[in-house]
Amino acid sequence: MKARVHVTLKPGVLDPQGKAIHKALSGLGFDTVERVRQGKVIEIELAETDPARARESLRQMCEKLLANTVIENYAIELDG
Amino acid sequence: MKAAVIVFPGSNCDRDVQVALAQAMARHAQKGGGGGTPTMVWHKDSDFEAVDLIVLPGGFSYGDYLRCGAMAAQSPVMKEVMRRAGKGVPVLGICNGFQILTEAGLLPGALVRNANLKFVCRDVTLRIETSQSLFTARYEAGAKIRVPVAHHDGNYIAADEDFERMEERGQIAFRYCAPDGTLTTAANPNGSARNVAGVFNETKTVLGLMPHPERLAEDALGGTDGRPLFDGLVEALS
Repeated sequence: MKARVHVTLKPGVLDPQGKAIHKALSGLGFDTVERVRQGKVIEIELAETDPARARESLRQMCEKLLANTVIENYAIELDG
Repeated sequence: MKAAVIVFPGSNCDRDVQVALAQAMARHAQKGGGGGTPTMVWHKDSDFEAVDLIVLPGGFSYGDYLRCGAMAAQSPVMKEVMRRAGKGVPVLGICNGFQILTEAGLLPGALVRNANLKFVCRDVTLRIETSQSLFTARYEAGAKIRVPVAHHDGNYIAADEDFERMEERGQIAFRYCAPDGTLTTAANPNGSARNVAGVFNETKTVLGLMPHPERLAEDALGGTDGRPLFDGLVEALS
């Protein structure tokens, strides 16, 4: 089973990289960009066929390692 | 006093802090105390001899993969460090060591990318916020010291309610300040909230700081403002 974990900064947390990307996009002429936030996507392949168990296992991975929940939110996306 | 310096793949200030502590121990020995040298403990070791102080040194453990300190916080040796910290063994984390301590949950808050996105490597002025700790007993509260920083992710943040609790309990150890002691934006090298450069845990037995006191702990290095931190620790723990 394949999964994608999206890790994003919490709304209040300053994102200087997102700001720099925003600035660079504006410099390229993309003047409709209003806000950029940068995060990461982690692709994971699991030897698990039960979606509920996979989701629970991924949730624990996020809490323990993949996200720092002091500053980041995470979202789990399961394929199929 | 016995001390251990934990060495991760990518640590690069482990020897520096070992020397700074060994010299502090030697100074203590001249006054009749015991000398010695901190032992180095590899990250894969899940156990090591009983020590009075554990140091997590600066560097780029595990190549800063995922987040600075995130992988190191999960390494075998950290389980043991956390167990001992829970029993009250003092832990000092410098730079990457501070990042590891926040990732391990031993210190509140988090360290994120510097506000100006640049790696900052220069001397900064720190204000000692309290002398009421093992680590800062040899400094005067309010004193200003000069210590170098060298990091890309030293921008300290914490939730407002965490800050309130930390301020109330005197858990802020150091703040970036102007030479006259005022807290200014210009004196803050990385955008840290409330100019925070170092924090304690609730019992003040764990300290994390971004600046490198071990880099200015002898005259040959251009200054000794970092020395009282090590002398104070050796004195208190011997």
